[in-house]
Amino acid sequence: MIQQLPAIIVVFPLVMSFFVVVTGLWSKRICFPLVVTAISVCVLSAGIILSSVINQGPIHYWLGGWQPPWGIEYFVDHLNAFMLVAVSLLSLLVAVHSKRSVEQELPEKRSQFWSLFLLLITGLLGITITGDMFNLFVLLEVASLSGYALIAMGQKKAVFASFRYLVMGTIGASWYLLGVGYLYIITGSLNIANLSELLPHMYQSKTVLVGFAFILVGIGIKMALFPLHAWLPDAYTYAPSAVSTTVAPLMTKVMAYVLIRVIFSVFKPYFSIEEIPATTILAWMAAVAIVVGSIYAIAQTNLKKMLSYSVVAQIGYIALGIGLANRFGLTGAVLHIFNEIITKGCVFAVAGAVVYKKSACNTRELENLYRKMPFTMLAFTVGAFSMIGIPPTLGFFSKLYLILGSIDAKQWVFVGILLFSSILNGVYFFRIIQIASFETPMPDYSRGTPYEKVPMDEAPLSMIIPMQIMAAGILIAGIFSADIVSTVIQYVIPEGF
Amino acid sequence: MNDLVAVLISKYNYWVYIILMMIGFYAIITKKNLVKKIIGMNIVQTAIILFYISIGAKKGATLPIISHGHDAVGHAVHASDYINPLPHVLMLTAIVVAVATLGVALALAIKIYRQYNTLEEDEIHTRIREQ
Repeated sequence: MIQQLPAIIVVFPLVMSFFVVVTGLWSKRICFPLVVTAISVCVLSAGIILSSVINQGPIHYWLGGWQPPWGIEYFVDHLNAFMLVAVSLLSLLVAVHSKRSVEQELPEKRSQFWSLFLLLITGLLGITITGDMFNLFVLLEVASLSGYALIAMGQKKAVFASFRYLVMGTIGASWYLLGVGYLYIITGSLNIANLSELLPHMYQSKTVLVGFAFILVGIGIKMALFPLHAWLPDAYTYAPSAVSTTVAPLMTKVMAYVLIRVIFSVFKPYFSIEEIPATTILAWMAAVAIVVGSIYAIAQTNLKKMLSYSVVAQIGYIALGIGLANRFGLTGAVLHIFNEIITKGCVFAVAGAVVYKKSACNTRELENLYRKMPFTMLAFTVGAFSMIGIPPTLGFFSKLYLILGSIDAKQWVFVGILLFSSILNGVYFFRIIQIASFETPMPDYSRGTPYEKVPMDEAPLSMIIPMQIMAAGILIAGIFSADIVSTVIQYVIPEGF
Repeated sequence: MNDLVAVLISKYNYWVYIILMMIGFYAIITKKNLVKKIIGMNIVQTAIILFYISIGAKKGATLPIISHGHDAVGHAVHASDYINPLPHVLMLTAIVVAVATLGVALALAIKIYRQYNTLEEDEIHTRIREQ
């Protein structure tokens, strides 16, 4: 049973997603417990896989017993296992958080929603665990297609935003597939481990270069790296809040993981550092992404849209860490992926709770929120601190590693941009905190009671608890970030760094 | 000039896929109608499917079914006699993905039409601005 866990973690939610549709015809109330069961099984298996990887080293799982170059291999090392735990744990929290908001926003489509939700999680877990380039494409499309459908369930503008996402996303996936085709022409293999052995003899070949370029741009579209981000803000803003809470932390970050895999596992690191200056280009694009994303975020008045532009900026941080291509930079990138998953989950969950209570999250709805929804805003404050990078939150440590990496690479411009962007993050997050905490109208001290009484109007408990867990997670992971680096991330760094 | 023609002819399958893909991108970028965009998107996917299928093919090769079956012990099997079936099998999956994408895209187009009563992109943009 334990040996079969890498398959179970993908197959179980896949099978359950069909069950959910069928049982949804009979009773809509039973869907949610089924979903929680399915994701709990994923969390449990991910935990067991992680502990077994830490204790006994990487796991090779052959689907159907077919040997790797021919069959599909599920390969789990420290990076995978860590991502599996992060993805499944966050989706469990988001599922619990989303229960009430789905009942409110999509009362008729609950069973379809939960089925697509499980398919999305299946796709994301599959992308993370697979060791086969073509299998990755298929699971990527499973995740993307269910993502398009989920986003289109949102408000009026969501359908057109989802359509734009679909066209862009399909082009991205097609280019990824085309790049894999080029690598297949020259090596005759689709297995990641096998490719990394076969490719080094052919690094001079034009075919490899073209394939690499197609794969990189395809992933760039899917992870919304700066000039390719146009689809993201609208799609994430107008999606149902349950969907944006799931997709925003997970989708782009899982693609960032794929980028790390392609640059450091499929190809040897020296290919993209020395043979062609791919990492340099990536780092500069990322630097622009950080600044532009943050500036766009400042210009927004809608909380969800602001957070969506913040996703673009934070993807920049991760890409910068990958582009620096040294020990500290890559450590920072992986830690920042984890930070983004948990922190973006937390702040989007807060936005979801605000939308649940106020049915919108523009600046006006945020007024006096610290007194109306104190527990929600507590979680938001921790999340915002982590986004800005205030110790002891996790965001501080990931940014610290990124800055150390920039210093190591003697790229002083990047150091400047990282520090400057912290100020920009501070501007837009503290603006929200200011709007939500100060009195409007201003307190009138001439009266006996200068403050108007604002009744507490808190979100339901099923929303508060996941948010508090995420907020606590940000702090605990920040305090123990050195342990995360020493038990997991140091094995991710390729040799020679 | 002759060299160029020789290059064009000897690798014509790649040129076909490039031309098809460019037609698809042309439709996606320039056409205002959403259904035409979807058609363009589908042409891009089809171009990639054709690309994969063409790389599995070989001149003078046959289907990868070994006719003498289990008493093949004495016979040497030459890989060059058979086409490569793997890209074709992969494309079965890719076709399914393309069909699913097309289905979702058309469903979205229907939903957009019901909402804005048009499928022209510029008109949709003006309607969104009016709201």
